[in-house]
Amino acid sequence: MARIGGLLLIAITLVLVAAGWVTSGGLTRHEIRSASTPTEAVQSLLADVQAHNWDRAYARLANTGDVEQAAFTRDLNGSNGSLRTFSALESYDVWPQHSNGNEAVVRANLHWSTAVGPIDDVRDLKVEHKDGSWKVAWPVPSFPKVPPQVIPVNYLRWDIINRGAEDDWGEQNVDTPQVRIVSMNPIERPDRLIIVGEIVNEDTIPAYVNVNATLLDQSQNPLSQEGSFDKISHTLLPKQVSPYRIDFPGVKLSQVKSVRMDAKAMLVPASADPVIEVTAQRMDKDAMGKNVLRGQLINQSGQTVNIAQALAAFYDSNGKVIWVSDGYIDQALLPQTPVGFAVDLPPDVAGRVQNSHVTVNHYSIANNS
Amino acid sequence: MKRALSALLLMIVGVLAAAGAHAAELQVPKQVTAGNAFSIPTTGSGSATFYLVGPSHSAKRQVKLGSGIEVAEDEIRTSGRYIATLCSSDGCESADFFVAATNPAHLSLLVHPSRVRVATNNAMSAVAFVFDKFHNLVLQPVPVEFHITVKDTPAFSKSLNSSNGVAWLHLNSARKEGPAQVVASIQSDSEKRVVQQVASDACNLRIRAVRKGKFIAVETEPVRDCSGNSVPDGTVVTFTKVDASGKTTVDAPVKRGIAKVDMPAQGEATISVASGVAMGNEVRIGGTP
Repeated sequence: MARIGGLLLIAITLVLVAAGWVTSGGLTRHEIRSASTPTEAVQSLLADVQAHNWDRAYARLANTGDVEQAAFTRDLNGSNGSLRTFSALESYDVWPQHSNGNEAVVRANLHWSTAVGPIDDVRDLKVEHKDGSWKVAWPVPSFPKVPPQVIPVNYLRWDIINRGAEDDWGEQNVDTPQVRIVSMNPIERPDRLIIVGEIVNEDTIPAYVNVNATLLDQSQNPLSQEGSFDKISHTLLPKQVSPYRIDFPGVKLSQVKSVRMDAKAMLVPASADPVIEVTAQRMDKDAMGKNVLRGQLINQSGQTVNIAQALAAFYDSNGKVIWVSDGYIDQALLPQTPVGFAVDLPPDVAGRVQNSHVTVNHYSIANNS
Repeated sequence: MKRALSALLLMIVGVLAAAGAHAAELQVPKQVTAGNAFSIPTTGSGSATFYLVGPSHSAKRQVKLGSGIEVAEDEIRTSGRYIATLCSSDGCESADFFVAATNPAHLSLLVHPSRVRVATNNAMSAVAFVFDKFHNLVLQPVPVEFHITVKDTPAFSKSLNSSNGVAWLHLNSARKEGPAQVVASIQSDSEKRVVQQVASDACNLRIRAVRKGKFIAVETEPVRDCSGNSVPDGTVVTFTKVDASGKTTVDAPVKRGIAKVDMPAQGEATISVASGVAMGNEVRIGGTP
């Protein structure tokens, strides 16, 4: 009986020790240590990022001495009300680039689901073999810091007073702004028809613009109708030019006899601030080998731009718009701080591009503009 | 014989009834003036129901035949065609009449557009509508005086007779920017509208650029249109710089007549400028000494 009691006591002690090991993260540590390939290490890390399990993701890093957990989390989770803060890692693709037994490079294509639609982020991650398992050496994040200063901003602002309900019917209201479509070119792609062009605000007041197009078939009947949605700078200051792009999925150019364009303009309050400089623009290739126009955005204002969108028009040698593409920037634009951007374009178009023009749409949480 | 007498009696009653119905005939004037009460004479005897249906008013009341039906001034304030109907036991009788506007009292003035580019022919239209005190359009010709005042130019007046209640004229915009005041007046009323005459597209857009360390300070000369008017502040000027680092573009708004920007530069740079569809000059800046 005494022997049975002793064995039972030992068994209970072992169970309690095992339970303590599990609850203290021993199982997790074992799992973390057990990444047997570089790809597996990156996959496990991204699985934790996807689950917002920052502690566990951080524990999978090889360089925790160089990267603080707060910085690591901020790097992936976003900050300053940027687009990344309104995003979630939906899925990822991982594939090895090269490996020498102790070090490897793994390419990860992160598919983010954001407030403005899906965004892909390709990263080449260095993976090290350490303590018997593979761990990710996360690039040390560097966050720009804006020094304390006063930035005087005295750009114009336009406010509107409309006609009142009690005014005489003949009382003059303020006319809507005059805008003009300066170019419109149809482009046939394998899966769609795209209409690209530019619109200018010819007036002396700001305009909120939208461009719609109706495709007419051989009998002049409407075939399809679409709008530019976010492929346009909606708020145009006086004499400002914006590219626009309207996609018609599943339509062939041969089906279309003519196109009816409709530019709608509304009078809206607006501000000339912030001014965003688009600098260091150059044609390049990204990690996936795609043609991209790269550059940097510099917010010249004193106010943080939370979400920015680069909208690029590409021209051929005759100055004709041959492509329009856009890209959202997942970082906030802090004052006077360059932030990189890239917009892609198809290879057959890239060969014909002679010139480009980038405009920037911006949204600031502080003033809802 | 008895039957024949009864039939004759019925015929006499029918003839008398027909005579009574004829007595309820309406005699209305062809046209009356809005807001002026009038009376519709009736004949016959007994009571009847009077209906009045107009563009914005309808009424029903019991009246006594043989005396006049009074139509009050507030029943005919709106001009247009009215139908008067009198129904008695003998049937209904209708007649229509027209209520015309009374004397001109108010003016409504539509001036279009509210903003116009300088030096443009027939760019503005001023349309005056003449109404009476009940807001009926006065269709008779009424002299309307248009008076246009533009800063730094002599005032201009023109008198026009309204046609079917409307008088209008087209106007050219002045060569100088500023408000154009359009006043239309009749004897008893006047209305004023203001049209903003604004600068046209930038003309002879020119920039100058100076290297300041790692930056190039680029500034336009005062941006004016071809008539010499300063373009409004807020007008966007696009600066484009091409150097070894690539291309830089900045959409900068005009402030106090000029637009300026500081752009980072590496080595030699070519800078050009445009505003809307108007192109400016191009300058080349040498590399850092």
